[in-house]
Formats: sequence, C-alpha cells, structure tokens
Amino acid sequence: MEGGGFKPVRFYDLTAHRLRELLLRREISAVELCRSVLNRIDEVEGRVKAYITLDREGALRQAAAVDRQLQNGRELPPLAGIPFAIKDNMCLRGLPATCSSRILRNWVPPYDATVVEKLKDQQAVILGKTNLDEFAMGSSTEHSAFFTTRNPWDPKRVPGGSSGGSAAAVAAGTAVCALGSDTGGSIRQPASFCGVVGMKPTYGLVSRYGLVAFASSLDQVGPLTRDVTDCALVLNAICGHDHRDSTSVPKEVPDFTSFLVDDVKGMRIGLPREYFPPGLDDGVRRVVMEAVSVLETLGAHVEETSLPHTGYALPVYYLIAPAEASSNLARYDGVRYGYRAPGSEDVLEMFRASRSRGFGAEVKRRIMLGTYALSAGYYDAYYLKALKVRTLIRRDFDEAFEKFDALLSPTAPETAFAIGAKTEDPIRMYLSDIFTLAANLAGLPGVSVPAGLVAGLPIGVQFIGKPFAEGTLLRMGFAFEQSTGHHRHRPPDTPGGDGS
Amino acid sequence: MNKYEAVIGLEVHVELDTDAKIFCPSSTVFGARHNAQVCPVCLGLPGTLPVLNRKVVEYGIRVALALDCSLARFSKFDRKNYFYPDLPKNYQISQFDLPLAYEGRLDYETDDGARHRCGVVRVHMEEDAGKLIHRAGAANAPPYSLVDYNRTGVPLLEIVSAPDIRSAEEARAYLNELKTVIQYTGVSDCKMEEGSLRCDANVSVRPRGEEILGTKAEIKNLNSFRAVQRALEYEIDRQIGRLEAGQRIVQETRSWDEEKAVTVSMRSKEEAHDYRYFPEPDLVPLVISPSWVEDVRRALPELPQTKRERYLKEFRLPPHDIRVLTASPGLARYFEEGVRLFPEPKAVANWVLGDLSRLLNAAQVKIEDCRVRPADLCDLLRLIGDGTVSGKIAKAVLEEMFTSGKEARTVIAEKGLVQITDAGALKEVVDEVIAGHPDTVQDYRNGKTRALGFLVGQVMKSTGGRANPSLVNDLLKERLG
Ligand SMILES: [Zn+2]
Repeated sequence: MEGGGFKPVRFYDLTAHRLRELLLRREISAVELCRSVLNRIDEVEGRVKAYITLDREGALRQAAAVDRQLQNGRELPPLAGIPFAIKDNMCLRGLPATCSSRILRNWVPPYDATVVEKLKDQQAVILGKTNLDEFAMGSSTEHSAFFTTRNPWDPKRVPGGSSGGSAAAVAAGTAVCALGSDTGGSIRQPASFCGVVGMKPTYGLVSRYGLVAFASSLDQVGPLTRDVTDCALVLNAICGHDHRDSTSVPKEVPDFTSFLVDDVKGMRIGLPREYFPPGLDDGVRRVVMEAVSVLETLGAHVEETSLPHTGYALPVYYLIAPAEASSNLARYDGVRYGYRAPGSEDVLEMFRASRSRGFGAEVKRRIMLGTYALSAGYYDAYYLKALKVRTLIRRDFDEAFEKFDALLSPTAPETAFAIGAKTEDPIRMYLSDIFTLAANLAGLPGVSVPAGLVAGLPIGVQFIGKPFAEGTLLRMGFAFEQSTGHHRHRPPDTPGGDGS
Repeated sequence: MNKYEAVIGLEVHVELDTDAKIFCPSSTVFGARHNAQVCPVCLGLPGTLPVLNRKVVEYGIRVALALDCSLARFSKFDRKNYFYPDLPKNYQISQFDLPLAYEGRLDYETDDGARHRCGVVRVHMEEDAGKLIHRAGAANAPPYSLVDYNRTGVPLLEIVSAPDIRSAEEARAYLNELKTVIQYTGVSDCKMEEGSLRCDANVSVRPRGEEILGTKAEIKNLNSFRAVQRALEYEIDRQIGRLEAGQRIVQETRSWDEEKAVTVSMRSKEEAHDYRYFPEPDLVPLVISPSWVEDVRRALPELPQTKRERYLKEFRLPPHDIRVLTASPGLARYFEEGVRLFPEPKAVANWVLGDLSRLLNAAQVKIEDCRVRPADLCDLLRLIGDGTVSGKIAKAVLEEMFTSGKEARTVIAEKGLVQITDAGALKEVVDEVIAGHPDTVQDYRNGKTRALGFLVGQVMKSTGGRANPSLVNDLLKERLG
C-alpha cells in the first residue's frame, strides 16, 4: 500500500508495523532501513531542519545489533530496528539535551529518561534529538534558540510546536516514529500541521522521568507516527507505571493494538459547540464536518454538546503552566551545569546574567508571568483561582463523558501558518492551542488524526477521551483512517506524495 | 527585669537518620567525601523527579506521636522558592499549609525542678540544602565558594513550638527534653555540632501582665544549646533596654555572633523573602491511614517521662539520678540491662553515674561504644559483693577493664588484686608493721585509739590495698592485746 506498488520502495516512508513485517521476512535489514532514513536525512534535512543532534553511528550500531538478533532467529520486541526521533527535552545518556535553549546548549544528561529506556528495551534505533520551542514553550518552533524547523508541506510555514521537529521528521521521512511532549497541545497541534498522528496520553499513563519539566501537572510524553496502528505500538512501548515518577499511575495497561478494530458502530461522539466558534476557519470547519459524516456513516452517533467553561481554559492554562514553569526553570542558574555568564562579581549577579542571557524572550515572559501569579498578595486571585476553575473545566468533561465515549473537535483552529506570522503577537500564538489545552488541564487523553487537506495543507481532527480511554480513541482513529485514507497523504516533495 | 516577660518560640530542625535521602536513594551518612553522595535527583538535574521515602514519613509519625501531636489524615508537599547556590533546584520541597502533624505538647523540667508545658504548633517534613564552602583566593585572586551537595535532600523534620517559653533557661531546658525525646524515638542522634539538630528562636518581650505580644525578632546562627541560651539572654536584655529607653522594636531577623556575644541585624521584615509557596506538582498528596499511625504507635519505645516515673516507682532512686540516667536512651538501656543482671538498682546507678561516667567523659566515649558491657560491670559488682575485691580496688579494676576491654576476673587475676582474707597470710605483715612502728604502738597502748587507724593504713599499703580492712583491724587488735 504505502510507497505505491510500482515505484521503488522508499523504506523510510513506510509505517513501523509495515517495516516490522519486512524486517521479520528479511526483505530488509535494520541497517538498510537505518541507511535509508539517514540518506533521506541527507537529502531533506537541510530544508526541514528537524534535528538538533544526530547520532548516525549510534543508530547504525543499534541497527546492526538488531540484525544480529534477527540472524540468530531471536524474537524481537515490536519496535526493534524502527528508526525513532526524540524531542530534545528528553534525556538520553551521552547526547546533549538542549531543550532548544542556550542555557542548556552543552548539557549532556548522565541518565536516560524512562521513555528512552523503554525504547532502548524495544531495541528501537534512535537517530537523534529534534527541535522544539525553547523548553517546549511555543506552538511553532520559532522560539527555538537555534533555528526554526520547516513544515515539510511548505518550507515557508511552521511545523507547529512545540514538538515541531518530531512531527516534521515523521512527515518528511527523516524518522519513522517520534516522541514528543504535550503540555497544552505540543504533540497534537504539530501533528495536525504536519499531517501525522499525534497522541497526548492521559496524565500519569507515561512516565515523565527524564522529560525536562515545563509544567509538571500538564506535561505528558506521547507518540508522533504515520498512522494509528503505529501510535498504538509506540504507546504500548512507552506507557506504564514508573516508580521514579510519583504521578505515574500504578495501573495495569492493556495492549493498545487490541483496540484497533475497524468498527465504531453505536459509539457516541460529542461535538462541543465551544470548539466550533463562529469565526472558525471555513476550511477547518468543513474538514471536521466531513469527519463527522464519515463517522456517522460508520455507525457512530454524533451529537452536539457543551463544555461551558471552555472560555476559561486559555487564561487558566496561562496561569498554571507559567507558575509551575517559573519554579521548574529556577534551577538553570549557571552554578552546576549549563550556561554561566562570565565575569560576574558575585553569585546573585551570576544568576541574573546567566538567566538573562541564557533564556529566550518567550521563556522569560512566562517565568515573569508565573512568578507574578505566585507572589504574595496575588496567589489567591490568580493561581488559586486558576486551580479552582481547572476543577470546573474537568467537571465539564466528566459530565460530557456521562453521555459520550469521546469528543470530536478540530485539533487546531487553522492549518500551518507562515513563519513569522505570529512571533510579534504572543496572544495570537497562544490561541493556536485553544482546542488542545483543555485536555491537559483535565488530564485527559487526546489524539490528532489526519483528516484531509485544506489548500494543500494537512489538518487533523482531535478525539478527546475519558481518563485512560486511549483504547477508545485509537479505535475511532483507526476506523476513521481506514475508511478515509487521509493518513496516506504525503508532503508534495516526497516521492509518492501528494503533488509529486 | 521583673517588669517584663519574654515570649519565646523555637523552630527546631532535626535531620532524620534514614539510610536514604527523602526523595532519592542517595546515602545520608555524615562525613563522606564532598559531592560523593549525590545522584541526578538530589542534584536537581533537568528531568528528574522526587519520590517520597516512606521511612521519612514513618520517622515523622514517630516524633509526632512522641510529642502528642495529631496526625494529618491528608498531607501534601509544597515548593518553597528562593535562589541560593546550595539549593540545586532553587526551591526546597517542604510542607506549607498541610503539615504532617499539628497541635502537640512537650513537658519539660528546668534545673530548679519546676515543670513546664510547651505547645507544639506543627511538625513537618522537608529536604535539607547543601553546604557552601568559602575559600580565600590565591594571591591577588578573589575569594570563591564551593558547594557540597552531600547534605542536599537529607530528610529534615521541622518542629515549631508555640510561644509558650518564658526565659532563656526554659528554652534550653525545652531543647534538652526535645532532644531526649527524639533520641528515644530513634530517628536522629540530634548532634548540634554535626548539624543534625538546628534551632532558630523567635523572641519578643512585653510588660508583665500584658496580653498582646510584643514585636518579635527571629534569631539565627545558634550552634549549641548554650548559644541558644546566651543569645536569648542577650536579645531579651536588648529588647527590654530599647523599651526602657522608649525605643521601638523592629521586626527583623538577627544573627547570633558567638565571639562578640551579641545579636546583629541580618534583614528587616521588608527584606524578607517571598517564598511563593505552591503545591509540589511532582508529588502526590500523602494519605496517612489511621492503621499506619497505630502500627507506629505500637512500635514506639518507652518515652523519657514514662521511664522516669517507672524508675521512681520500681527502683526508688533519687530524682537527680533518674534525670541523668534517662537523659539519653543509651545510658538508660545500659542501666536497665545492669539492673536486670544485678538487681540492686542503687549500686548499679552509683557505678554507672559515678566511675563509669567519669571514665566515659574523660575518654570521650559514648556509652554505646563502652567496652565494659553491663554484664561485665555486674560481674565486678558481684566480685565486690562476695569479697573477692574491695570497693576501692574495684575502681582500679573498672578502669583497667575500660581501657583494655578485659573481664573483671582477668584483670584481678593478672594484677593479683584478689583481696587477702586469709588471717595466716596477713599475720606476718601485721607483725612487721608492729615491729616497725614502736612509737605508734606505744601511743595505742596509752589509749590513743586513733593510732590503730594509722597501723591499718600501713598494713593496707604493704599489701597494695588488697588486705581485707576489717580483718586487718581484728588482727591488729588481737596482737596489741
Ligand atoms: Zn540523590
């Protein structure tokens, strides 16, 4: 299917589950697959700029190890030999973890994040670390201290963010799967912009140990993949209780691939009317309503509903996330690691100078916002009030889920925007996450699935589910993609892609 | 002085003696090489997360119960945000509005025998910070500082007293009793010199009879119980002096200067930190089940006050002996083991508090490390009882046991210290002494009975103190007719 029958097979452009078949049938070796992706990187990375750090030798070494296992007839974990990209805010021992910040430019973690450890257990081939908005604060990768990643569909446009590097790599064929992190939409929005599947799991399903914290009560690691089946496979690999993360939930996890049945008959889907405001982009509305028709045709009951506190989600998010960030980012002071401004006379001056020069404008903006919200005299009016409204937002969802198995909405209010279009206006940038951040506030799982193209650019629909109902979302996403084939769209300059 | 009364509250930090730190598995042992006992978590490396050590909570519950506190059913941790290079995350994980325990009390006694009760406002858990080491630079180079993070994340218990303390002496007595109680619970050695017990004091003064509290000062840098007492004495005088002179007291933090014996202003109320406390999102709330509390309560050892009452009833010892014997759990354990093996409490107490304590103090040895175990001491007491050695010789025997670690019998045999109770063996010496001191013998015969004492002394001297004194007495009387 993928790759188009008559053209030479572009291995880098296949899904992980398809590649697994080829690996097991020995139609391709893990090293060949790795080389295929590395060649693709040589070909397009100069334009896409998804990666901050590449580890070609490490990747080839791991691929060779997988091939040895294959030759010995060993049974291999589902993601063995699959080329992965990791967002550069997760720790991988021995490779820099920059968080796209000057302040961590040269910091090399001495330990593996739990999700990285789990991918290594899978014998996945880790290619390198991908670009993001500095400390995951942004929606376009334009806040990276190093460079802006380009949308593979149109190099003049952003890939979304903050996991823009990971999403772009999966879309451009420079990684088969990727890990991103999602604090307010940072996996789902770039997935929508780049035409890939992106899931933010329920808070507590995936360990945060080794994910450099932005906002601890909102952050989750999740997959970015080419289809829903890969999403389930990656989720299987990275989820589960971790004793090193107290907020990870001690709960049995299912095999998420068991939910991949092409059937949504009788399932109830709510359309929260607050997610379809009057000013919503016509193209976006059209794509989502087409998705609704598809799901109805497949036998789902779709009905309008309401999440009345939706309007507060953005302000609440922009109090809670910066408040936590202001504290989480306090450790970057130049004392132990990272950037230290030279020539300071005393330690306070060193703190001030290191942080002033080490952090970018957006990070500083949020640190100031968060510090203010937690300050004596303002705490009750801002932070505490925000926590209370957060509870109301969660309750909206609880009530909706009494009637519905999932909620459906646009993932983002628009397709990928032009580079530079919003950098001067933080509020407009923040609005890019308007449909995704409530799921973080409520701790709910959400997945963005490709739903078609608007003016040649991909756009996703978002399914939001009950806590730990990733299976339900995967089932809906799977049925949807099986009947539409939207996940098969490829960027125009990809061989076999749209427009090529 | 009598016109005013002082109002004092103490904030005590106790390092808990758990094997691992509060939020990571790093070791807590004191005195390791700099930065040898650290891991990514206690160094606050990016991406790391704290995981609560349940042992810390158990230790906290022990202390809370020993202080008669109510345990919170639902407790949580908060972040206290401030920038300091000894704090790797630039926030401390502490407890703000829902501490582990609250509303307890501690009864204590001052040296004059007066009894006092002090309320305990709260007991909470938190992580310790690292240590700064300041160095002078080389010639022409500026001074610099190093940081040792071994102590970072060592569990602390903060115990906040009510402002129920009325004098510097009471403050010291409260601290002594608090230390004893905590040592009994077995959660800390409470060594102020190693920093495992630290104390800040809040103090204000007001005219006697006045209900409203005066403006308080917080005093820091108190490195010994003596420093606490001296600093408070100084500060109370200083505040009274200001009031007497019609001056205002400023709310501020002051530092005790041990050398100059004064408190000096560190920062005013306006300069105080805004710690921006908020709930620690990396930890889940702590639910403390009543059954857990009951388990800890059942396992709690006998506490000092109960022990003192029991000693009075069971052993009928003088109050002063009881106070000293119960001052540390080690000494009390030693004494009780001694009494079990040699059921004469007064004799055991006398030896433990007398000669043994003297030897321990002189050698700076802890009772737990003493080579003379209770069984060894009791052997010696039995040898005194059956006349094998005199009480006087026994003191020398004990000293030898203490330094060499040998048993009493061995020491006595090796040094030939067995008491001479054989009249035949002594007769010769007695005769020699009589022959050697004709004048004294004449005095005795002339009715100077005191001369006999001198002659006994001479016999004892000749036998190296081993002769049984009453036997010598009898023999001399017999020979001198
Ligand atoms: Zn540690």
